[in-house]
This record gives sequence, C-alpha cells and structure tokens, in this order.
Amino acid sequence: MKTLLRPALSLFVLLSIVTGLVYPLLVTGIAKLVFPEAADGSLIVSNGQAVGSRLIGQNFTDPGYFWGRPSATSPQPYNASASSGSNLGPLNPALSDAVRGRIDALKAADPDNTRPARHIPADLVNASASGLDPHISLTAADYQLRRVAKARRLEPSAVQALVDKHTEGRQWYVFGEPRVNVLELNIELDSLQ
Amino acid sequence: MSSHAWILLGLFLSILLLTVKPMGTYIAYVMEGHFSLGGRIERPLYRLCGIRQDEEMGWLNYAFAILLFNGLGVLAVYALQRLQLWLPLNPQAFANVSPDSAFNTAISFVSNTNWQGYSGEATMSYLTQMLGLAVQNFLSAATGIVVVIALIRGFARHSAKTVGNAWVDLTRVTLYVLLPISIIYAVFLTSQGVIQNFAAYKEVTTLEVTKYDNPKNGPDGQPLKDEKGNAVTEPAETSTQTLAMGPVASQEAIKMIGTNGGGFFNANSAHPYENPTPLTNFIQMLSIFLIPAALCFTFGRMVGDTRQGWAVLAAMTLIFVVLAGAAMHFEQQANPLLTQLGVDPLAGNMEGKETRFGIADSGLFAAVTTAASCGAVNSMHDSFTPLGGMIPLVLMQLGEVVFGGTGTGLYGMLVFAIMAVFISGLMIGRTPEYLGKKIETYEMKMTSIAILVTPLLVLLGTAIAVMTEAGRAGILNPGPHSFSEILYAFTSAANNNGSAFAGLSANTPFYNTMLGIAMWFGRFGVIVPVLAMAGSLAAKKRIAVGAGTLPTHGPLFVTLLIGVVLLVGLLNYVPALALGPVIEHLLLFAAH
Repeated sequence: MKTLLRPALSLFVLLSIVTGLVYPLLVTGIAKLVFPEAADGSLIVSNGQAVGSRLIGQNFTDPGYFWGRPSATSPQPYNASASSGSNLGPLNPALSDAVRGRIDALKAADPDNTRPARHIPADLVNASASGLDPHISLTAADYQLRRVAKARRLEPSAVQALVDKHTEGRQWYVFGEPRVNVLELNIELDSLQ
Repeated sequence: MSSHAWILLGLFLSILLLTVKPMGTYIAYVMEGHFSLGGRIERPLYRLCGIRQDEEMGWLNYAFAILLFNGLGVLAVYALQRLQLWLPLNPQAFANVSPDSAFNTAISFVSNTNWQGYSGEATMSYLTQMLGLAVQNFLSAATGIVVVIALIRGFARHSAKTVGNAWVDLTRVTLYVLLPISIIYAVFLTSQGVIQNFAAYKEVTTLEVTKYDNPKNGPDGQPLKDEKGNAVTEPAETSTQTLAMGPVASQEAIKMIGTNGGGFFNANSAHPYENPTPLTNFIQMLSIFLIPAALCFTFGRMVGDTRQGWAVLAAMTLIFVVLAGAAMHFEQQANPLLTQLGVDPLAGNMEGKETRFGIADSGLFAAVTTAASCGAVNSMHDSFTPLGGMIPLVLMQLGEVVFGGTGTGLYGMLVFAIMAVFISGLMIGRTPEYLGKKIETYEMKMTSIAILVTPLLVLLGTAIAVMTEAGRAGILNPGPHSFSEILYAFTSAANNNGSAFAGLSANTPFYNTMLGIAMWFGRFGVIVPVLAMAGSLAAKKRIAVGAGTLPTHGPLFVTLLIGVVLLVGLLNYVPALALGPVIEHLLLFAAH
C-alpha cells in the first residue's frame, strides 16, 4: 500500500496539470487564434453594442416580432445564465395548462389567423430543452408571418423573403431539422423601418 | 419512424463501424506499449513519480492502485468545490459548494457517472470545472479502459501472476488516446460555435423588454410562500440578457470521448453553446460510442482472435438498433392531450426538445447516451412520452453493456459472456470455458457479484426513496411519472450513467448522499470483482479447443449473449417498469 502512495499522488498531480490546465489553455489559445468570434460566443454587434448571440434565443411577445420557442428558464424566460427545460411529464396537468395558455396568447395576438384546428405548430407551444433555443420550425415561422406583416404594415411577400433568408436546411442534407433563426430575423425586420 | 430517422440511424452505424478497426488497433498498440514516441515522454515522467515501468502488478495491487488513484480524485474534486470562492478563475464569484452537493459531485465525476445535482453555470467556477471536473472526465474514462485491458490480459495470458502496471496503463491511455483526440475534437467544436474563453458572463441588451414574475425572498434569503404554499412573486422587467461563458469546448470534447456526460451548463448538450449545430450533435453521438465500440476490436486483437471482438460488438449493435429505433418511434408520437388542444400532431413530442435537432436526432441521442454510460442529454428525458422515456431507462438497466462506458461497457459485456457460456455449459453438461479458460466457481462468484450489485442498489435505493418523506419531497411530476423520476435517478446513479429525469429536485442532503453511495458502489463494486476475475483467469492454463467447446464467435453465441443480457439484465426491473412508464402509457393513450 505504501509503495503505491507516492506513484498515486505524483501521477495524479501530473496528469491533473496536463489535462486540467495545459489542455484547456492550449485549446483556448488555438480557438482564439482560429475561431475568435465563435470562441467568444458568436455575438451580434449592432452600433458597437452587443445585442445578443446568434446561438442564444431571446424572449419575444410583441405581435410585430416573430416569437421563439417557449422558455422554461427562471425567473425570466430566456435567462442565459440559468438554462433549463420544463421537465414536465406528458400527463402533468401543468403541461396542458401551459400549452393552453400559449395557444390563447398566440390567438389573442393574431385573431385573424384562419388556419384550421389542430394546426398550431408544436414547437411554438412546447418549451425547448435548453430554454434558449434560437430557432423555430418553418411551420412556426409560416404560422406567424401574416401577423408580423400586418403589425409592421409590410407586404407578406417582403416578410417571407426575410424568413427565407434566415432559413437553414438540414445540415449536409441529413443532420437535424430545417429551421429559422428568430433573433437574426427580428433584427433584420427592425432594420427595415 | 420516418425515412429520415432510418437514414440517420443507418449513417450513424455505418460511420461508427468504419472507425472500429483503426481505433481499436490503435488502442491495442498503445496499451501493449508499442507507441514509439512513448519512451521519451514516459521515462522522465515515471522517474519523477517513482514508478517502475517494468514491474507488473497482481490483480490485488492493481485494484488497490485504482482505488487509491480514484480516492485522490474524490478528495481533489471535493476540495476544489469547497474552496472555489478563494481560488482563481471564478469571475462570477460563485460561493463554495455545500458539503453534501460537493460530496455527491466528487463521487459522480470520479465514478464516470457525471450525475449533476447542481446547475453548472450557476454553481461552479471555471477552475472547478476544468481542474476538478474535466480532469476526472479524463481519469475516470482512463480508469474504465485500464480495467478492461487488465481483464483482457487475464484472458490473453496463461499461468501468469500479473495483469499489468496500473500507473503505466493510466498514463498511456490518458496521454496517447484521450488527450490527442480531445484536442482536435475541441477545436472542431469551437469551429461550430462552442465557446472557449475565460471571460466573465456577458450582458447584452435585448430587442424587447422582458416582463416576468420575480419570486420574492424573505429576510432569511429563502423564497417566500403564501398560505397555499405558492411562491410569492412581484412583477419585474429586464432589458438585458446575461450570457454564461467559460472554457466549454475543452470540457465538452472529453465529456463525450470519455462517456462522462457532465454538462458545463445545466441544459447539457441541449445548450446551444455546448451543442450548437446538428453536425456537432451527430459528432457528439459518434464520439460517445467511439471508444466503447473500438475496445471490442482491441479485445479481439489482444486475445488473438478478432472474431471474438466482432461477436461482442454484434450483440451490442443488435440490441442498440432495436432500442434506438423504438426511442425515435415513440418520440414521434404526439401527446394526445395536446392534440386535443389543437396542436399539430405530426410534429411529434416537442416538449423539452430543441428545434435544430427535432425528433429523430433527439431520440437517437437519448438512446446513444444511455446505451453508453454517457448521460449527456440534448433533450429533456423527463418530458419524453412514457415509452420513449422507458427506452433510456431500459438501456441503463441492462447494466450499461450495450456499448456502455469507456471500458466499463466491454467488461460488463464480458461478464455477461461468461454468464452465457456458463448457462450453455449447464445445458450440455460440460465445464464452461471462454477463450480457452475454464470458468469455475471463483469466476462465477465474481460474475454474480458484478451482475447483482447494480440492481440491488437501484431497487433498494428506489424503495427507500419512495418510502421516505425526504425522497418524495423532490418529485416534480404527479402520478406514476413521480415513481419513474425516482427509479430513473437510482438507475442512472448505480449504473454510472448520469442522465436524469431532471424534474426531480435531487440537490438535497438525502439524494446527494443516497445517490453518492449508489454511484460509488455501482462503480467500484463491479471493478473489484472484475479485476479479481482478471487475476484468476490470468493464472489459469490455456486449454485447447475440443469437440465440446462452444464456439464464441458465431451467430449462435451472439444470440445466446443477447438472450442472457435481456433476461438477466432486465428481468429484475420488469415490476418496477410496470409501475412507472407502462402505467403512464396506458393512462395517456388508453384514456384519451
């Protein structure tokens, strides 16, 4: 046992230094050199001020903005220093209540929406896993398009063009799902006025 | 399952299988000491540490070395958490972690479980994350690998007294396997958007002002509650968003390669800064299986018959394909309660899932992370459909042998292989043998301990938790789901997975202690008997293949092995599963 103690201690300290200090510092050095913008959080800067990150969603409730995924972070939605999902189980009445509330809010903001029943996009009323999801599905964008165009007194086709611009397909045709970046889209909508 | 899901699964398995041979060969090459640069790096290091490179250890010393090394890890991670306020690299000035949470997290990361009772971005300093947690991501992965290498040597050697030198093995696997892959991988992750910096959290001005209800705290700092027990809130608003930062990419790489799974952030691989694109998601899934799959080939190579390794890999793959397909299928089902409210059912169960991953990439990730003992999540398992959430549970309950953790998966599967030859030996009335080694009483005792220790921890722990007030206090969801939450917690801890039905509030002294115990014994309660078996097998003579020998590389054995895994692994849990997810499924779909 005693003969094991010195190797154990010294090897532990040495490997800790290599994997716990040298390794992260080396990776930081390379990342800052090669991908400085990504390593710092893919920030969107407008007029010299950071207004958000391309990868982190923000909370939108104004009819003139596209709304993102419902967020279950606390105390406020889209709290980017406390990521979290709702963790509500499928039978939990709190889940049905929350979804009902979100459907009502969508309808209240957009009373003229003529979509048939059972066509409310699932991602628009179900909370994301991180609470920070920057994307919505194409159906969710489509669902909100006329509302946004009306609130901003724009032609739906002009809004559609912007949606298309911020739409990404499946990565390399197979990975993930097609999606729209909500924050980038809304920033561009603001820049139109 | 959609055609897209099938293509994804097919592509995933094809690429994985292509990596098995080169990666497996490389690991064997490194562990046999053929890495030519090695001498120059290792010799001064060993001299400094007082390690005699050529002196091999018997199984008992090997086990002592592993326990000692991991014990030191527990102390270090505990100390870093308890002292982090006074240590550097803590820009958010996070307080020292409470004793029970620090105890739980220390064991969790040392045992390769990476169960997280805390929320990363609100608790841990950058120093604790990198020098405490990420170091254990490396060392616990290395521990798993060297234990299986020792077991393989037990099969490969004959009439030998030793199974290897633990210090040399740990050094080689860390420096030549885990570290180089992690460096390349981490840089790739940053190219996709994973952050890597030491900056303080960044405040940005949001487009819209967010109005919300802020919970009020009493004078004692605890949240105020009204007579009904609801939190008292006051209206508040904010026009800023605080973005959590940190050295994420370096930790993320080893978190996946080492099947650790402990997220830098609370949302783990669902967080856009940990897993920003569908491509990183795919690579993360591949990297979880990379070493567990490759070790099967390493095994075949080191025992001198690669067919043996392919047979084990085939058994793992077949079980995995069925369960992964099931997970993707069940998550494609919409929640009927929400369909009634007018939600589009075609999109599937989107609660707790990210848009960029959707159903297929989330379902597959859930299967991969629980088949391997990784436990990283890109979607919230607690919000899965009842049967969709049962798949991760089942994959863990099989004992983490379907690929499993780095090393742990293979030694777990080899324990089942010994059980399989034993059962077939009973059927035909001959002494069982595996890879030319007679399987006798001693091996069967160790096999039984290794197989039984986790179900015991899971079922006893769950029973105690549901019977005590402290255990029930953590529940979030009502009904049968509440039982699933507790069952999932103990299943995940004892099998060293680390994923969670995260609605359970587990950061309490009760759960921190109970799950800490489950993680420690779930890990070392298996490692010690496996090493004992390695020692006993190494000492045996090799017997020649005879007419009565069961060939262990053909389809017959693969079928037998799958049968034993399903029967022995799962039968323990059928009643518990019936009480949780099965009832919930019937309530959800039959009643609506």
